[in-house]
Amino acid sequence: MSTMPTPRLNLTDDAPGGLRDLLFESAPVHVPEHVLIETGLADRMAPIDSPLGTLWVAWNGRGVSEVEQADDGNDAAARHEARTGRRTTLADAPPEPLAAAIRRRLAGETRVRIPLDLRGRSEFEVAVWTKALEIPRGEVRPYGWIAAEIGRPKAVRAVGTALGHNPVPVIVPCHRVVRTDGTIGQYSLGGPGNKRTILAAEGLDPAALEDAARRGERLSGSTTTNIVCWPTCRHARRTQDRYRVSFRSLREAAARGYRPCKVCRPTAVEAAA
Amino acid sequence: MDDTELTERLARDLDGTFESLVQAHVNRCYAIALRILGDPHDAEEIAQDALVRAYGALGGYEPQRIRELRLRAWLATIVVNLCRNRVRRRPLPTTPLGPLVEAGREPAASDATDPSHAAAATADREHLAALLAALPERYRIPVVLRHVDDLSYAELAEVLGRPEGTVKAQVSRGLAMLRAAIPANELEELTA
Repeated sequence: MSTMPTPRLNLTDDAPGGLRDLLFESAPVHVPEHVLIETGLADRMAPIDSPLGTLWVAWNGRGVSEVEQADDGNDAAARHEARTGRRTTLADAPPEPLAAAIRRRLAGETRVRIPLDLRGRSEFEVAVWTKALEIPRGEVRPYGWIAAEIGRPKAVRAVGTALGHNPVPVIVPCHRVVRTDGTIGQYSLGGPGNKRTILAAEGLDPAALEDAARRGERLSGSTTTNIVCWPTCRHARRTQDRYRVSFRSLREAAARGYRPCKVCRPTAVEAAA
Repeated sequence: MDDTELTERLARDLDGTFESLVQAHVNRCYAIALRILGDPHDAEEIAQDALVRAYGALGGYEPQRIRELRLRAWLATIVVNLCRNRVRRRPLPTTPLGPLVEAGREPAASDATDPSHAAAATADREHLAALLAALPERYRIPVVLRHVDDLSYAELAEVLGRPEGTVKAQVSRGLAMLRAAIPANELEELTA
């Protein structure tokens, strides 16, 4: 036996304590939190700039879980926690790849992949939001179009409800879905004023759209191609004024020998009517 | 909460229990990775990655399989495999046995009020960590699992997929190499 009072290194096969006391080291305190965020059991939240001013984005390892408008990050985090049951901590900014993807999406790039955490949402809601993602920046479609496109032509009201529950507005552009009568309609992120603001930021004139709809100009055709589109379809908008013709309905357009555009597919809503 | 209770609760409610697993095992995952790889940054990444993978795996297991898991050995296996992959991807620089300085490491907080005592402990730790890091992998990993993580030889055999006798011999050989590498003045303080 050693006569030393406290041997510093005790390297016997059956005395693990000697090495353990010196070499065991605890993980940095942030590691558990990172694990929970990465697995989607806790969230982070940070501010981003948008046409609507500062928005708060929540995310975890599965994707973006919420976008909301709030004056204060602590309020936004508290609401997010209450809604999801997940502990939510504030950060200065989203991780750069996510921040860059959101910036590019807001700038109108359609091929930007932004993972979303939509756990607990219904298949119908996810189908509605996924369809809304197909509407390009600077264009709008009616609720009925989404209903028809996802194979639920009679569920127009449910589509409106699902869009109102969109947890990730701006990223999923529910602001690009308008009422079937052509009016701009409601918006979950702070009300209809915000919807007009963001549509205007995307290059549309909401008031002019509503005026045209009120005049009965629901669809737009070209006399050179005999194709009929939603008025904001990129093919309709590049038609020169002297070749442009408006229709109240697809039936009227069809009676005049026009076929529906294959890009914006105005067929669908008529089929629902 | 012991591991039997932990696995029982994980089997019933993975999302509600996983944080308890993290709290109970994160430090040992980190310590294993730190002493196998020798680098705190790598160790942090491995500990995090191992627990995230554990969550993914548990999500795919039937409740009965979760109940039967031997958590300590199972998690150690994930950490060891990740460490091996890391080494394979980016081989550690081979370091000669001898005094080494671990760069960028804060001296750990110590209860000792005597600063010279604390400094001596830190020097011991760094010296020993460097010696350990210089051991060949087949001795280093068993020594770390047995003597840093305190796994039993039966658990070691499970983690390393080798017979108990083999891992015992590897631990013993690893310790012998460490002893041989320690300078004579420190050897005086070792038990026979």
